[in-house]
Amino acid sequence: MEKFISHTGSAVPLRRSNVDTDQIIPAVYLKRVTRSGFEDGLFAAWRNDPEFVLNQPAYSAGTVLVAGADFGTGSSREHAVWALQNYGFKAVISSRFADIFRGNSLKGGLLTVIIDQSDVEALWSAVEADPTTQVTVDLDSRNVRYNDVVLPFAIDDYTRWRLMEGLDDIGLTVKHADSISTFEKSRASFKPTTLPIKG
Amino acid sequence: MGKTLAEKIWAEHVVRAADGEPDLVYIDLHLIHEVTSAQAFDGLRLAGRQVRRPELTIATEDHNVPTQNIDKPIADPVSKLQVDTLRANCAEFGVRIHSLGDKDQGVVHVVGPQLGLTQPGMTIVCGDSHTSTHGAFGALAFGIGTSEVEHVLATQTLPLARPKTMAINVEGTLKPGVTSKDIILAIIAKIGTGGGQGYVIEYRGSAIRALSMESRMTVCNMSIEAGARAGLIAPDQTTFDYIKGKPHAPEDFDAALAYWKTLFTDADAVFDVEVNLDANGLEPFVTWGTNPGQGAPLNSNVPNPADIKDEEARGAAERALVYMGLEAGTPLKNIAIDTVFLGSCTNGRIEDLRAAADVVKGKKIASTLRMLVVPGSARVRLEAEAEGLDKVFLDAGAEWRNAGCSMCLGMNPDQLSVGERSASTSNRNFEGRQGKGGRTHLVSPLVAAATALRGTLSSPADL
Repeated sequence: MEKFISHTGSAVPLRRSNVDTDQIIPAVYLKRVTRSGFEDGLFAAWRNDPEFVLNQPAYSAGTVLVAGADFGTGSSREHAVWALQNYGFKAVISSRFADIFRGNSLKGGLLTVIIDQSDVEALWSAVEADPTTQVTVDLDSRNVRYNDVVLPFAIDDYTRWRLMEGLDDIGLTVKHADSISTFEKSRASFKPTTLPIKG
Repeated sequence: MGKTLAEKIWAEHVVRAADGEPDLVYIDLHLIHEVTSAQAFDGLRLAGRQVRRPELTIATEDHNVPTQNIDKPIADPVSKLQVDTLRANCAEFGVRIHSLGDKDQGVVHVVGPQLGLTQPGMTIVCGDSHTSTHGAFGALAFGIGTSEVEHVLATQTLPLARPKTMAINVEGTLKPGVTSKDIILAIIAKIGTGGGQGYVIEYRGSAIRALSMESRMTVCNMSIEAGARAGLIAPDQTTFDYIKGKPHAPEDFDAALAYWKTLFTDADAVFDVEVNLDANGLEPFVTWGTNPGQGAPLNSNVPNPADIKDEEARGAAERALVYMGLEAGTPLKNIAIDTVFLGSCTNGRIEDLRAAADVVKGKKIASTLRMLVVPGSARVRLEAEAEGLDKVFLDAGAEWRNAGCSMCLGMNPDQLSVGERSASTSNRNFEGRQGKGGRTHLVSPLVAAATALRGTLSSPADL
């Protein structure tokens, strides 16, 4: 996974709350067996609307999505993260994310940053006033910066370290294979197994 | 201080805990399906890894499969490739799979419980957010993304941050015609789609204890619609009786039972949050908007956004009414429906089909709509046919389909067209969820059946 330390780019104001994963990428776009090519499904239902923010030339170079509260509710499809990344987004800012979406994004290196709703509103206004506004999402110093504004955000030390090092979770867990084997010896014998097939 | 049920199950599955790191949690059962697994198997191959415990893993085909002509090759080549990829991956890595045409094929969250693989005290994951369904057995069950699917395949564990705990106490007795679907829709309307974020919900109280296992699954299934990754119910005699006799029920049932009986929240345990709901006052509940929190009693009217104080919620309601093509103040019962969908991991089990069949028996569905009945699994379909339920639905004018997720998410050919309006026993009324431009009202199986007969949103009491 690519290391994430800090990213600076222009922002896309998505003035909507409760953007669920079916809006981020509808199910009919989930049929690929690869991790790439999902950008065509991103916000598919809204992309036909010329007024939709992604269709406005001023925001075409945006790499930081600034969304309303409860972004990513609904399904566990990691395709939602891939679609955003495939399209070119490096970070998403919101006042609240759904748990599974946030987990998926931080596994995959799409930085999701939580700031207060009032700060989201101010950021929307700033970006709408000047779409070339550069927004920095700095994981190293844990803040979002634009113009003269500095907004600290919280992220746990472990996740921050893992993202900054670009580490793969499985590689980290495999180092504890002995602990897993020890645990497995203590599991109750009545716990079910799928094999051999019964009934 | 005592522990909550979720904390007990968590503690029993911690492989490794270290300060400043997530706990490494052991996974007892991993369910997989075609849509969220292909990239995970690819990852294993790239890294030269194996599936650590194939015998704790099971696959089925559900999201993307047709519910008609299942003896023929899948018509959509992209869907076919995804299903074929799952079959090839399972063959390569030695994972048990129930494919289209097999008696144990079906919606993954219907299959696990009916095989007896879902048991109290387990940790269960699947690359699907409705994995919370299995919490009905007193298991800690939650949806994961594809990176996590790969992680579980490779290590049978997941690094996880410990969730907070929420109790939802539902006390009282449900009126006739009110179901567990109405309980969970009322809960989501009360706490909102973000209300459960960061929590594991434990559903408690006399109204929950009185529910059958299948009704409990409906409640836990929609925990994610309240924002909670997992929801569970302490196991009791209802749970134990349901598991007994299932194909994978424990051979040493008494040993398992002795353990299962330790699975309850201690009297002195403290939840981070408690929410109360009065079951006595509940009525059939339906959604009017485009998220599952936008619901109201069937006997009420489409709300007026102007009455909503919170600016964000008001804006969301305004947008929802435009999308849904509804006028504020319209009685919900006047809303005409084009398609009734009975099925899904929320309400596609045998009890759901029986309840709906009981309503439509000997009657005809309205000529203005179509009704799709999609059993949750091939086994449910066979069971229903043995009871003659297929004939009840067919005689009423409904379509009797094969098992799968079907119109719940419209990934296969079962979709709404632009502007088409459904009464659906599924779990999500998101914009376009059941087909681009489709409009969804979430309902219970009883409301679905009564709606099919009257043509507008209705409960059996209206017949």
